[in-house]
Amino acid sequence: MNYIALRIISPRRISLGISVLFLVLFLLIPGQVSFAQDPPSPSQSESITLRGGTIHIGNGEIIENGHLLFDKGKINYVGDEAQDAERIIDVSGQHIYPGLIAPNTDIGLVEISAVRATRDFQEVGQYNPHVRALIAYNTDSRIIPTLRSNGILLSEVTPRGGIISGQSSLVQLDAWNWEDASVQDTAGIHLNWPSVYTYDSKNRRLKTSDKYEENVRSIEKYFQSAMAYGKRKDHANTNLRFQALSDVISANHPVFVHANNQKAMLDAIDWSERLGIRIVLTGAQDSWKIAETLAQKEIPVILASTQRLPGHTDTDITQPFQTPAQLEAAGVLWCFSHEGSWDQRNLPFQGGQAVGFGLDPEKAIQALTLSTARILGIDKRYGSLEAGKSATIVISDGDILDPKSSMILQAFIDGREVDLDNKQKKLYRKFAEKYGVLK
Amino acid sequence: MYALRAKLIYYMKTFFTALFVLILTGITLNAQETFPVNGAHDERANFYFLTNGTIHINPDEIVENASLVIRNGKIVSVTSETSVPDGAIVKDLDGKHVYPSFIELSTTYGIPAATMKGPRPSKQEFSSGKKGAFSWNESLIPEYDASTEFDHDEKAAAALRKIGFGTVLTHRDNGIVQGSGVLTTLQNDRPHKTILNPRASSHLAFSKAKTYQSPPSSQMGMIALLRQFYLNAEWYEMAGKNETTNLSLAAWRNLKNLPQFFAVRNKLEVLRAARIAQEYNNVYIIRGTGDEYQRAAEIAQTGMPLIIPVNYPKAYDVEDPLDGDLVSLAQMKHWEWAPKNLAVLAEHNIPFAITSDLLDDKKQFLTHVRKAIQYGLDEKSAMHALTTTPAQWLGEEDRLGQLKEGFLANFLITDQPIFESGAKILENWIQGVPDVIQSPDSDLADQKFDFTLDHASFEATINRKANKITLVSPDSTKLEGTVREELDRITFLIKTKSGDYLRLLGYRSENGDIKGTYQDGSGDQKSFQAVLQEKESSDKKPAKDSMEVITPMTYPFTAYGRPALPDQRTVVIENATVWTNTDRGIRTNTDVLIQDGKIAKVGNVRAPSDAIHIDGTDMHLTPGIIDEHSHIAINNGVNEGTLASSAAVRIGDVLNSEDINIYRQLAGGVTTSQLLHGSANPIGGQSALIKLRWGAPPEDLKFEGADPFIKFALGENVKQSNWGEQNTVRFPQTRMGVEQVLEDHFTRALEYGDKKDRGIPYRKDLEMETLLEILNGERFITCHSYVQSEINMLMHLAERYDFRVNTFTHILEGYKVADKMKEHGVAGSTFSDWWAYKYEVIDAIPYNAAIMHDVGVLTALNSDDAEMARRLNTEAAKTIKYGGLTEEEALKLVTLNPAKMLHIDDRVGSIEKGKDGDVVLWNAHPLSIVASAQKVFIDGRLYFDREKNAKEEEAIAQERNRLIQAMIRVKKGGSPTQKAERTPEEEYHCDD
Repeated sequence: MNYIALRIISPRRISLGISVLFLVLFLLIPGQVSFAQDPPSPSQSESITLRGGTIHIGNGEIIENGHLLFDKGKINYVGDEAQDAERIIDVSGQHIYPGLIAPNTDIGLVEISAVRATRDFQEVGQYNPHVRALIAYNTDSRIIPTLRSNGILLSEVTPRGGIISGQSSLVQLDAWNWEDASVQDTAGIHLNWPSVYTYDSKNRRLKTSDKYEENVRSIEKYFQSAMAYGKRKDHANTNLRFQALSDVISANHPVFVHANNQKAMLDAIDWSERLGIRIVLTGAQDSWKIAETLAQKEIPVILASTQRLPGHTDTDITQPFQTPAQLEAAGVLWCFSHEGSWDQRNLPFQGGQAVGFGLDPEKAIQALTLSTARILGIDKRYGSLEAGKSATIVISDGDILDPKSSMILQAFIDGREVDLDNKQKKLYRKFAEKYGVLK
Repeated sequence: MYALRAKLIYYMKTFFTALFVLILTGITLNAQETFPVNGAHDERANFYFLTNGTIHINPDEIVENASLVIRNGKIVSVTSETSVPDGAIVKDLDGKHVYPSFIELSTTYGIPAATMKGPRPSKQEFSSGKKGAFSWNESLIPEYDASTEFDHDEKAAAALRKIGFGTVLTHRDNGIVQGSGVLTTLQNDRPHKTILNPRASSHLAFSKAKTYQSPPSSQMGMIALLRQFYLNAEWYEMAGKNETTNLSLAAWRNLKNLPQFFAVRNKLEVLRAARIAQEYNNVYIIRGTGDEYQRAAEIAQTGMPLIIPVNYPKAYDVEDPLDGDLVSLAQMKHWEWAPKNLAVLAEHNIPFAITSDLLDDKKQFLTHVRKAIQYGLDEKSAMHALTTTPAQWLGEEDRLGQLKEGFLANFLITDQPIFESGAKILENWIQGVPDVIQSPDSDLADQKFDFTLDHASFEATINRKANKITLVSPDSTKLEGTVREELDRITFLIKTKSGDYLRLLGYRSENGDIKGTYQDGSGDQKSFQAVLQEKESSDKKPAKDSMEVITPMTYPFTAYGRPALPDQRTVVIENATVWTNTDRGIRTNTDVLIQDGKIAKVGNVRAPSDAIHIDGTDMHLTPGIIDEHSHIAINNGVNEGTLASSAAVRIGDVLNSEDINIYRQLAGGVTTSQLLHGSANPIGGQSALIKLRWGAPPEDLKFEGADPFIKFALGENVKQSNWGEQNTVRFPQTRMGVEQVLEDHFTRALEYGDKKDRGIPYRKDLEMETLLEILNGERFITCHSYVQSEINMLMHLAERYDFRVNTFTHILEGYKVADKMKEHGVAGSTFSDWWAYKYEVIDAIPYNAAIMHDVGVLTALNSDDAEMARRLNTEAAKTIKYGGLTEEEALKLVTLNPAKMLHIDDRVGSIEKGKDGDVVLWNAHPLSIVASAQKVFIDGRLYFDREKNAKEEEAIAQERNRLIQAMIRVKKGGSPTQKAERTPEEEYHCDD
């Protein structure tokens, strides 16, 4: 009897409830109001030389005992000759890397995934090419400093859900606001390829989907319509969605096609060729099965987290760990990624894991830096430690790919030395001091 | 003489046919004693003399040229006498075979299915929606009496008669305790006549009733519910009925001594059901699903009889190279093995009956039974399994299952021995009333005749399927026509060359010839005859080839399964860097000897001659990793997350020894895991501690002699904070409420214990017994927890009840109360670096483990995740980065420390003499990100070997290819296939 009574709730009560809920959340989340972040660093004011470290260029090369000079945010010199500068930092015995880039993330779009009010990554509806991640990016997220302190300095902020989720943006992780953060307003469009399988939950059966072909056709139709729309300048009735999609495609930004299954990926490639669209396969868990095709057709891959279980009982138990080396061997342009927001700080360790399964360590670095930059279209400015590029640099005491030794000592974004402290370190100090166990 | 006999038989046939027509037109000839009759009474004795047959009295007694005398629905005798008793109707069996009709034990024939009642409630529902003084849980329905709803269902009955069944035990498949079943024959008559026993059996299943009531939500919950039900029923009979009225418990009294039938969904559930039966000294007759061969030895040990279907899967359609990948090796192997199931069970001396249940196309039943015979089941066993065995289990061995005096006249007439390929069931007599399944004369097909049409000779070929006749004269003139059969009349319509139609009417004589007359185009009456040519040799039927399966048997029956457990050998690992986890520290260039499953020596070893030498040069040897918080290897739900307490449920009841994650985690160096109930309620379920003995059956995974633990939980999950709007009614919804749930349960447990101690009669309550164990220091709590307030609360609560919390798991704010934890003496088992996924982890920090450890709390890292458990060594390494632990301290977080928490550090967790041979040989520094386990030993057995694994992966690919080829060949051969599909693996976390 009770539940029947409870079901009759007027819309007014619901909206009141939501308001109260928001108020409660507003008061509960200290990150939103109670104290601000430490301020972002000011522009580089003096030239700096890093002297004597092991320089991992990001393009697969390495310079032992090298020197790196940067000024006004740009790298001036990388090599084995000593360089004079206003400030010399002795980094001998340490490792120098390009700032790591986290592609395909929720950073700044979600604070606490279980709390609805903090989720800003998914719009309603199936086709949202007009939705832009950048303007929702929260530079004051408490999560961001914890990523910086593990060497992640750039990120692709990506909307989720539906068939077309929207446009992703590239940001640097030490900013006052999203304008300030933007490295590139639009990285591309995110398209979730239709599922090849359907799950019959009643009988617990995974089956091939009868709707798959139909779903692929409707995506094709949508793109054709949008591209046709874009060819004409004056429209009596403006369609913001079509306009946005056609603009992104005409600007030669890629479509990031989220697909993992072999069939889906092959169909997506075929589709992109039919429409003449540049794509990046994102997820691509089965990419090892079609590595040759990917290399030959020059389809780049943003590989889903390799810290996952194989998709099938019969698959090699360590397949996800082996995939990076297999893609590399086939000559695919690929990079690492890691799902979610807070756990992006573990992104580099996938590189280490892949090294244990046959990937060259410098190639692992490349797949966290320069390859990522190339796939995202910012490799002219970021991704490697080369003269003329942004001085976005990480210094680690040991191998950045191994949690045992990764100890980030300093980091620079566009030459600005960024604060590596974070909320968690503060809490550590607060309580370790209380107990007298601070190290 | 011959002609006379033929004539007699001819008239008899006609009479029989007339009789059938009467029966089949639905006239119920058998009035009921108590029923008024309209008109004159029409009682019939159905007195028959069936002569000249091969009578299979039972599989062991077969008499040829015998007669069967039946009267009033029963067998009078099986005799070699040929004189017809006075008043009997004679039927010449003409050498045909007579068998007892089959008995079906698993069906819902004639009983309406249960349905959901009313609208789905908008909120979680805890109480029963059933009105009246019945069980609190709608899945316990002993009061259900199937006979009150049973009625004859001719369509279903005919389908079962057609495949040989004469008697069925039918029940309603609804709930865990399902009530009583009905034993009935399949005669087309009123239930008054057909029911042999209205309450013949009691039925149970791992299956929730059609109800919106929330509990039980898991299989382990069902098991707990059933166990408690048995105790409640016992208590009710002894004392409870004086205190309360419970019609369900009262009803059990009438059910408990009946045969108990239990339906399950796979071989592991057979073992689960058997464990419950054994606990309460029951025998369950378990309805399996056809995969029992995969654990036949263990099932044989239980001693439980089985009812086995012959539902062999169709081949999968794997022609598409992409879609075909969906199907797993296990499914493909099962396709090949399924027909061998019965033969394997027979080899293991497991008593079984055969059922047509679960077979999609019932018409395939006999074909499938014959297939089992081709795969090695002997015919006698098959026949027993269809007749005498079920009769015996029902306690009906004096009237069912054989053809003996006094037995029901339930029998089949077949044209050949029934298990011959192509043999047909011609008639199925039930209670002395025949049902013609197939007319023996209808086999005109493929026969050739010397055909004479008014002196013109032809050779005639009849194609029965197309109902066509073709006549070819010696000069190759070809005439064609159609064939029609009705009763014993055969008519042909033949078109002549001139375009006239000849209309032939004939009868078939006993020797198969057809004689008759016809009218030609001018209407003249002429005669024709068709003399059957040499009967096509009946030995053209396919030889009964024995069939063999090629895929080797493995345990488990999946990819990476093994033919047998690895041997326990004497092993010496030489010249390794050994992380002892003792005060001997990390020792380089050291040997470790493992003998009889135990570590025998650490140092310089002079190996016995039979030892296996493993070169550990440049490698590291560590104790096996212990995962304090895991949810792998669990079937059908990790949470009984319905009521606030589910202390009676046990993870150990639902172990899934087939979970591929056991093997995957072995490859990550894990040797022991604590399998925890989820965190959906404050008082969760009892934990199971296992060693990852991949290949062993569920019971053998369990860590022998380990202390019992139980999962508790606090915070958002138990408050149902993130469960959506439907879940806002269960107490507690706040942390305040959580404390009071615990307070209430422990208070009641104390009172319960007090009652027990003082010898006051009490109802044994599994939940209270469990809580009492905690209070008595016999069971230990692992409590899921996050924020400092709740951690503090539980420690205070425990202290009030004079016990200690053993472990806080997750404990992400442990660093805020580390000093208090140390004082209380509780351990902390945490994540390396998880945070920000829900509100209560907003203050989680990756330095948590280091702070707790440095303050002096016994600290561990755990996975709570099937994937992450594969790399707990590198999770441990993060504590070097976050908080500066030493390498030895870091490794202990995933080895020795969890061993201490689980009270098994006398057995595992370090490498020293006397401990279990559970060690891992790594190819690099074990905390380094590039390290991978090369060899993993448990009890001195090599359970994982990376080299062998590589070969295994190749073998899997080959095996898949072979089976894919086989399936495609089957499809191309015209056999039906099924769409590619797969059941994904179960994967659980705390809040699933």
